[in-house]
Amino acid sequence: MKKVVEGSHAVSEAVRLCRVQVISAYPITPQTHIVERLSEFCSNGSLKAKFLRVESEHSAMAALIGAASAGVRTFTATSSQGLALMHELLHWASGARLPIVMAEVNRALAPGWNIWTDQTDSLAQRDTGWIQIYCEDAQEALDSTIQAYKLAETVFLPVMVILDAFFLSHTYEPVDIPDQSDVDRFLPPFRPSFRLDTRAPAAFNQLSPPNVYMEMRRDLQDAMESALHALLSIDDEYRSFFGRSYGAVEAVHCDDADIIFVTSGTISSTCRLVVEKLRRDGEKIGLLKMRLFRPFPYSLVKQWTLKARKLAVIDRNFSFGASGIFAQEIRAALCNEPKRPLVFGYVAGLGGRDVTPELLEEIYWKTKTSAHPESESLWMGLQHPAPAA
Amino acid sequence: MESNVQDREYMCSGHVGCPGCGAAIAMRFLLKALGEKTVMVIPACCWSIIAGPYPQSTLRVPVLHTAFETGGAVASGVRAALDLQGDRETTVVTWAGDGGTFDIGFQALSGAVERNEDFIYVCYDNEAYMNTGVQRSSSTPYGAWTTTTPGQEWKKLRKKNIVEALVAHRIPYAATASIAFPEDLMRKVHKAKGIRGSRFLHIYASCPTGWRLPSELAVKIARMAVQTNIFPLYEVENGVRYTINYMPKGYLVREYFKLQGRFKHLTDADLEEIQRMVDEDWELLLRKAGLSPGAAGPIATPSRASVPFRG
Ligand SMILES: Cc1ncc(C[n+]2csc(CCOP(=O)(O)OP(=O)(O)O)c2C)c(N)n1
Ligand code: SF4
Repeated sequence: MKKVVEGSHAVSEAVRLCRVQVISAYPITPQTHIVERLSEFCSNGSLKAKFLRVESEHSAMAALIGAASAGVRTFTATSSQGLALMHELLHWASGARLPIVMAEVNRALAPGWNIWTDQTDSLAQRDTGWIQIYCEDAQEALDSTIQAYKLAETVFLPVMVILDAFFLSHTYEPVDIPDQSDVDRFLPPFRPSFRLDTRAPAAFNQLSPPNVYMEMRRDLQDAMESALHALLSIDDEYRSFFGRSYGAVEAVHCDDADIIFVTSGTISSTCRLVVEKLRRDGEKIGLLKMRLFRPFPYSLVKQWTLKARKLAVIDRNFSFGASGIFAQEIRAALCNEPKRPLVFGYVAGLGGRDVTPELLEEIYWKTKTSAHPESESLWMGLQHPAPAA
Repeated sequence: MESNVQDREYMCSGHVGCPGCGAAIAMRFLLKALGEKTVMVIPACCWSIIAGPYPQSTLRVPVLHTAFETGGAVASGVRAALDLQGDRETTVVTWAGDGGTFDIGFQALSGAVERNEDFIYVCYDNEAYMNTGVQRSSSTPYGAWTTTTPGQEWKKLRKKNIVEALVAHRIPYAATASIAFPEDLMRKVHKAKGIRGSRFLHIYASCPTGWRLPSELAVKIARMAVQTNIFPLYEVENGVRYTINYMPKGYLVREYFKLQGRFKHLTDADLEEIQRMVDEDWELLLRKAGLSPGAAGPIATPSRASVPFRG
């Protein structure tokens, strides 16, 4: 059924359809609409879940770690400072191999206080062992949330479904909301083989000395690597159920492109328009949309970019003292290839600054006319340029 | 006296707690009183080690080890999941040290009991961060040496009154207990088990290692703490109804301090000051229990005749 819903509520609908059993959350803009709608579902009985109104994001994640360890399907949502506060427990969730799903609405970190979109919050969690899926629109947010449960419960890793603040979380779009009966067939009830059970007492997450710890980490990495294949097959199955699929990356006109934009999140939509326009003007341009960031889809990135001459990676995030994070990862993916494109790392749109079609065109022409990137990160759309060194 | 201690053990021998560890004794009695339908949540503390490394476990009940500051929140989640699965029988217990309770875990604990989450939170109190090597916590008493309050920097602040902090949340049940009074301890665990909502047990658990105390005195020192009113045994129901379970014999606190290396720097004047604080706290507690300190009889503040310890 098609309904016009807010991006946040598309996630709430998906959580309801997945019959999540324990939800625990703490308010932070711009994530709040997701859990407010879920509270409504719990109170009007359309979702039979226990909603824990905890006193912090840290406790929100801790409570889900408890609930998931006891064997139920769980959900939370957060943003920015809330995610940063959760950091320690993100490691606990993945290390304990718990299939927790979290919606994370990308918001800039303070200071200065800024509630607008910026991916540094989620990307700073890249080493926590969470699968990360970046969404472009409300439909994808809904579909990714449903896929996330199946993926998490297949590989036993937690999944973060990531949405841009406001551009996606607070925008209304027509969204096809699947039937409950179809989702029930796609996503069976969660029944883990191990859980806290007084009939089969066992200890979880205990002291793990050097003789076992490394193998546990390697197992986690194996699960991460298997998540790429698992996602692709879950995505295929999803298409057979619901008629939509997204892949781990999406390549638009990449076959014969000289220059390829690499994007994630809502900038991808703006970029699609720019690519179509430039194509009409005869430019050999393509777009690679990164949907999956962890596990990093090395093979697919290589498959689609190696023939191009230059990549223009748009990073709405920054790693201080280094460069944009997608650019770093793309460079790392390509570095051992004898013939590889130049990687231009553009930093744009931090703290919610608009990334307009004009800016993307400027990036295109700058990439085309530069023989080489003049530095590791090229900051675009600044109001005052950096002072001369 | 007939014993009501059941034979069944839920704690295995061979754990790696130090000899005389009060926290190990406390757990043993707790589980005897709770039985097998128990899920234990253990945030970082000495018990993270005592409970055994992967793939072993010292306990015959399910154990969820968790981050230092999460005892209140993780137990909330476990309870929610059990409820959803229709399991109302299993008791969820958080077992945390004083650091995990008084300090870093206080927010999650306060949040959980404000929501009146249905679980028992047990703080075994050894009055410092022992797992990391004897650093001060807000439970460390006035006068104590620790590695972060060394030399003349010994702690000159009072111990946080955690039971009062919990009582202020008006939880259904809060009580103190001691490893030196196992029957009282188990009676309280039993009572807590039969109540719904948030229940808090503050167990005095001596730590020979951190207190610089011969291990064979672990139980004796705990008994002296009760007999001197340093650690009174009492219960508070619904935040208002106080019951004092043990009336003191009138022993002086200096006897208690003398036996432990962590207080050996204290002067006579310091000990007098501490005696004054202990008396003050005791009188406050008597008033809360509706008993008047000045009154005659066994209820009243004991006379300070130097009664010899027989503990
Ligand atoms: C966030 C965090 N900070 C610090 C630590 C290190 N740490 C582990 S146990 C512990 C002390 C525990 O003290 P307490 O709760 O009193 O229990 P005890 O060790 O005395 O039994 C500390 C500081 C940790 N695990 N996590
Ligand atoms: S350090 Fe203290 S609390 Fe820790 S195991 Fe040893 S005696 Fe027990």
